[in-house]
Amino acid sequence: MADVNRGNRPLSPHLEIYRPQLTSMTSILTRITGNAMLVAALMIVWWFVAAATGPDAFARANGFVTSWFGDLVMFFSVLGLWYHTLAGVRHLIWDNAIMMDIPTAEKMGWACLGGSVVLTLITVIAV
Amino acid sequence: MAFMTDRKRAAGLGSAKSGTAHFWAMKVSSVALLVLIPLFVFTFGAALGGTYEEIVAYYARPVPAIIAALTLAVGFKHFSDGAQTLIEDYVHGPAQKIAIIGVTCLSYGAAAAGIFALVRMAL
Repeated sequence: MADVNRGNRPLSPHLEIYRPQLTSMTSILTRITGNAMLVAALMIVWWFVAAATGPDAFARANGFVTSWFGDLVMFFSVLGLWYHTLAGVRHLIWDNAIMMDIPTAEKMGWACLGGSVVLTLITVIAV
Repeated sequence: MAFMTDRKRAAGLGSAKSGTAHFWAMKVSSVALLVLIPLFVFTFGAALGGTYEEIVAYYARPVPAIIAALTLAVGFKHFSDGAQTLIEDYVHGPAQKIAIIGVTCLSYGAAAAGIFALVRMAL
């Protein structure tokens, strides 16, 4: 980023200049949840490999995954998963260049946030 | 320069390059995951907490095993493409190339390990 402002041109406002908006926050949250799920995904792969290896390996992996720490990771990953899924649906809708006006985008943002909590509760109760 | 058109002069100068294929891959994998994720959450969730014998027997069945294998394959491809976008936004220069190679290798490696484990339990 050495010559980012050649000739002292006006800079576009950076992130910290903006007041937090629902549209930007839900967008950032989509990226965070999507990438953070790597932790749970690798835990699940470890769990599968351990189950295929034998009882001792499975006991170690299963002990970790079902420990309070594993449960905590799984709980927030389920929340992140449902949020990311709903936010993904929102992107699939936006790809058609519809519902992009700010009031509708904000309504869908609240739907993603609320919907992910509801789906997480359903998952926790059902599983 | 006599045969250069304005379009030809501009072609390839943007930042996006081969973005269309990436966008389409994300779209296809996200639609597939829309189906796979609920199936995986409720099959894996049902199995989790079981004993070693129960888990091995459960994933020897075709339906849970196929759902899990597809979720790992499509999920890690989707992760790889998504994490690549994240890296392209925040990491630049040689570190960007290294990070993208790392994330791609990790994604395919994790998917392969998980699918191998499922095949071993199924057979």
